[in-house]
Amino acid sequence: MLEKMGAMRNAYGEALVELGASNARVVVLGADTTESMKSGMFGAKYPDRFFNLGIAEQNLVGVAAGLAFGGKVSFAGTYAIFVPGKCVDQVRNMLCYADLDVKLVCSHAGLTVGPDGGSHEQVEDIALMRCVPHMRVVVPADAVAVKSIIKAIADIPGPFYVRITRGVIKGSNTPIVYEDGFEYKFGKANVIREGADVALFGCGIMLPETVRAAESLAAKGIQASVIDIHTVKPIDQETIIKYAKKCGAAVSAEEHNVMGGMGSAVAEVLTDQYPIPLKRVGVNDTFGESGEAQELLNKYGLTAAHIEEAAKQAIAMKR
Amino acid sequence: MGMATSQEITKLQDIARNTRKVILETLAEAGSGHPGGSLSAVELLVTLYFYKLRHDPKNPKWPDRDRFILSKGHGAPLLYSILAQAGYFPMSELKSLRKLGALLQGHPDMDIPGIEMPAGSEGIGLSVGVGQALAARLDGRPTRTYVLMGDGEQGEGEVWEAAMSASKFKLDNLVGMIDRNGIQQDGLTEQIMPLEPLAAKWRAFNWNVIEVDGYDYLQLIEAFDTAEMVKNRPTMIIAHTVKGKGISFMEWSPTYHGTAPTKEKMEDIYKELK
Repeated sequence: MLEKMGAMRNAYGEALVELGASNARVVVLGADTTESMKSGMFGAKYPDRFFNLGIAEQNLVGVAAGLAFGGKVSFAGTYAIFVPGKCVDQVRNMLCYADLDVKLVCSHAGLTVGPDGGSHEQVEDIALMRCVPHMRVVVPADAVAVKSIIKAIADIPGPFYVRITRGVIKGSNTPIVYEDGFEYKFGKANVIREGADVALFGCGIMLPETVRAAESLAAKGIQASVIDIHTVKPIDQETIIKYAKKCGAAVSAEEHNVMGGMGSAVAEVLTDQYPIPLKRVGVNDTFGESGEAQELLNKYGLTAAHIEEAAKQAIAMKR
Repeated sequence: MGMATSQEITKLQDIARNTRKVILETLAEAGSGHPGGSLSAVELLVTLYFYKLRHDPKNPKWPDRDRFILSKGHGAPLLYSILAQAGYFPMSELKSLRKLGALLQGHPDMDIPGIEMPAGSEGIGLSVGVGQALAARLDGRPTRTYVLMGDGEQGEGEVWEAAMSASKFKLDNLVGMIDRNGIQQDGLTEQIMPLEPLAAKWRAFNWNVIEVDGYDYLQLIEAFDTAEMVKNRPTMIIAHTVKGKGISFMEWSPTYHGTAPTKEKMEDIYKELK
């Protein structure tokens, strides 16, 4: 685990090309970032089902909605700073209010956009999308998960927001957690490691960090469970409660503001049903800045070491 | 196609007269809503639904039907009264507009038979029309898509994003319509945010533009028929209209953009609707 690397965007493009062959209803829309997003791979193969709307994100979402009203399954996306950033109204009043078959897949989320700086580092998108009725929010952990998730959601009716990452390592790669494959089960969290001392909930590129934290904790005699909350909404309450009961203390880790994201979603479940100490690792309600991806993760407290420290604090808070 | 007979026009006039009455009775019963921008576009929408649109109220989801998208969602009372007269739902539903548990919501939603798009937030409808037109073309369906916007709505940037994309994709199966009544919620459009030269703007975006008197049936019919003949370009019909048309104290009144008539006022209204 974590030895291999893979690019989430390549996985997105490959999944679209496969869907293009298997599902004639699938159409793909982009907004002047289709080469970077790799959705252009679909466009090269299926030009009549591929639409580049230029730098116009509100229209991108509106046209994707119109195609869905016309019976298509629309995959639309660009960088996460722009969608959902510039078009929350269209997402709310069209995609979600009409419960449309539009899958928003957006890349370059989080701090790891890197050198482009704070204006491009989207750390609010999970929160923005999670609170809109009907919307489903998915944060794949690696390229293997991206491919499985994209192919699966084409057959699940209704709107989705899928958040992917540009890359942590130079060359747009992120560590592969699911070397042995990954089968997406909608709304069902994936347990990666069993341990009874603390539950580590991760999503996206922070899942590899939780795995590393668990390995480091194990070397010190602390056994951690690791759970992939790839589907932040609808969240898997059953699994969260099960591991809250088993471990009695928990940590969440996400490349997102600690407000409103996956950690908040976990906190809502725990507060309502089985209160235990929970430490949330994430961006602490601040904007990012320019830097290399790993430098930013170090500076803003999003590494295995930070998760390990949070785990120790959560365990110390057990009653 | 072909020129409408005087019989057909008389039929449209009768439906329009009844539509105006139904709109005002419905709003008086609801106690809130937007009469001005419903009354202004009565003849435009009556002509579309009862002369041009290929649809089947008994089979609202017929795949080959034409689509009408109301982008100016506050025109809901107009659309509801037309859909009810066409037979999409019973006229009695109009009595519960805007009330708790009612079929007819203050602005359109997808639970209402005959509604093609939820509306209320301005500026989205033309984008959705572009998507509908693309889907119809991909499937080789004869479907034509019609989108009605307000003139105040032209202030939304997304309208112009959609305008560019419709001409890029050469959508000759898409017709936009603007209810050019000159008034928005805060006052005159030319004072709040000037739109002129509006027709020239749409021409500059490579649309086929037709300007009509929104109360002249022959002009409206000719515009819809002509739009069907145009190839490789979308058509925009700018209908010059009067806010609150047909009721003297509502005409040109920003107040009646968003204020329903009281039940007491209905006595005066019935006198004018003869």
